[in-house]
Amino acid sequence: MEAADAASLAVHTQDLAKRYGKTVALSGLTMSVRRAEVFGFLGPNGAGKTTAVKLLVGLALPTAGEGWVLGAPIGDLSTRRHLGYLPELFRYQGWMKAREVLGLHCELSGMARSEWQKEIAIALDLVGLTDRADDKVEGFSKGMQQRLGLGVALLGRPELVLLDEPTSALDPVGRHDVREIIRQLKARGTAVFLNSHLLSEVEQVCDRLAVVDHGRVIATGTMAQILGQDGAVRVRVTGLSPVSRAGLQGYGNLEDEGEWLTFRGLAAERVPDLVGEIVRQGGRVYAVEPRHETLEDRFLQLLKDQQA
Amino acid sequence: MSRVLTIARLTVLEASRRKLLLALAVLTVVVIVLTSWGFSRLPTMKDVTPAEVRLAASQLTILVAFMFSGVLALGSTLVAAPSIASDIESGIALAILPRPIRRSELLMGKWLGLAVLVAVYAALSGLLEMFGIWLGTSYLPPNPVAALAFVAAEGIVLMSLALLLSTRLAPMTGGVIALVLFFVAWIGGIALAIGQAFANDTIINIGVGSRLLIPTDGLWHGAIFYLEPSEVLAAARAAGRARAGNPFFAESPLPFAYLAWVAAWLLAVLGLANWSFARRDL
Ligand SMILES: Nc1ncnc2c1ncn2[C@@H]1O[C@H](COP(=O)(O)OP(=O)(O)OP(=O)(O)O)[C@@H](O)[C@H]1O
Ligand SMILES: [Mg+2]
Repeated sequence: MEAADAASLAVHTQDLAKRYGKTVALSGLTMSVRRAEVFGFLGPNGAGKTTAVKLLVGLALPTAGEGWVLGAPIGDLSTRRHLGYLPELFRYQGWMKAREVLGLHCELSGMARSEWQKEIAIALDLVGLTDRADDKVEGFSKGMQQRLGLGVALLGRPELVLLDEPTSALDPVGRHDVREIIRQLKARGTAVFLNSHLLSEVEQVCDRLAVVDHGRVIATGTMAQILGQDGAVRVRVTGLSPVSRAGLQGYGNLEDEGEWLTFRGLAAERVPDLVGEIVRQGGRVYAVEPRHETLEDRFLQLLKDQQA
Repeated sequence: MSRVLTIARLTVLEASRRKLLLALAVLTVVVIVLTSWGFSRLPTMKDVTPAEVRLAASQLTILVAFMFSGVLALGSTLVAAPSIASDIESGIALAILPRPIRRSELLMGKWLGLAVLVAVYAALSGLLEMFGIWLGTSYLPPNPVAALAFVAAEGIVLMSLALLLSTRLAPMTGGVIALVLFFVAWIGGIALAIGQAFANDTIINIGVGSRLLIPTDGLWHGAIFYLEPSEVLAAARAAGRARAGNPFFAESPLPFAYLAWVAAWLLAVLGLANWSFARRDL
């Protein structure tokens, strides 16, 4: 992709790779994040999520490949004015007050001095730290520090916000707040790159996502695309012989849990046929439940396929 | 440039908020009061001539200056060695560097802040101490300002070295290496003086080499020269070999070529620090 095309995207990478000595942290990442979209980046521990974000914000240098952020090659100084970043390992100057930390980041991002106060107040309010603004950061709990980090990332109306596991230290209320913040960001046209392994979180807020494992993207697309079109159905049945059970394999990927049988990848219009067949085999049907595949099922399946 | 100043201000502010400046100020004032009182006893000793007071005061002044230069060198190492390294370790640098600031601006901001601290401390403590000595003995070294400038330069040189190490090494490791080099350079300076007194080329070469590689001891000798009254210089010259190896004596001012070397050394160390930091994965 040419740089000109990359300008219309919030993030674009082409075969971006990173090795630490012999460890391959990221092996050829190719992906795009559109503007004003919430993009989830999912993967197990050590998959390379943090590495990818560090490459995008210029904290680590790629060993191969290219990347563009907001249309400029990664590391570009003036583009960083429009970035917000919450690191995975967040720490802020303990000897400063929360308000001063935010002020420092306003100053570093080159914001006009007259806007600082307003920006700081907005950020403090968004992350719920207004009444602790004049306390020293060293006295903050971990969750409060993460809230502060989130506030830092939101300063100055960034066009792209990269959040590396933003809820790792937050209570349920905080997690809910973060989802609300992400929705607000999206509503005002900010792209969000969300690193997470909390699947429910990703499921609730992301427009599109990529699943990474061992430094490679193993699936990417919208939630529906990742989950697949075909649903699954769960049937509660008694009175089926083992032979007849085995005979039902043709209706889909069968999971036998005793009374409950789960058929995966079964088209909706074939469900009546399935029930008819079970009854014909002498089975007594108590319940038929369509089952939406959750992201977790799909995620585990993808990783399993990957290993095979 | 304004971002360099922002970081420099932050560095000074941190030193003050963490009570480093207060602790240093209190200790320094205590030391200055005690030493000044000691100096004021010199003229009251029995049967002492003014010339003897002057001689003793000049030698003791050099000793006190040595103590201050040591405090400055060790102190600035202890502050500089963790400066970059612990910001990386703790994660503070991870939040700051994605802002529109170059790594070199962060590094030079830290350097500038520390250099200002070193220079201000050298100037304030030095002038106050010399004032105290003057009150007690009426003795003033020939060129206090030049001497203090060299003491400050010594601190800045060691601080810059520690900063370079801190771009790659853990805080503790960088600090220990810088301190070891400081003491090695001091011994190297003594070796040089002995080598010169006995005209031994091998020892002279070792001494010159250490003075070029780590210029702290060279700069300390630059400071000594401006603390020596002319009669001390004359007496020492007459003594010839007997003064060999005295680490508190300098026969001549530092040659211009050496000062140029120190300036180049400093630029090279800062250049290397920037190069090393720019290439580091955080
Ligand atoms: N500084 C480093 N030095 C050496 N190896 C590293 C470094 N940083 C990351 N790695 C390696 O790169 C791989 C990817 O790490 P990364 O931190 O990107 O994973 P992650 O997907 O963020 O995992 P997690 O979910 O645990 O945060 C791991 O194998 C890790 O050991
Ligand atoms: Mg991570």
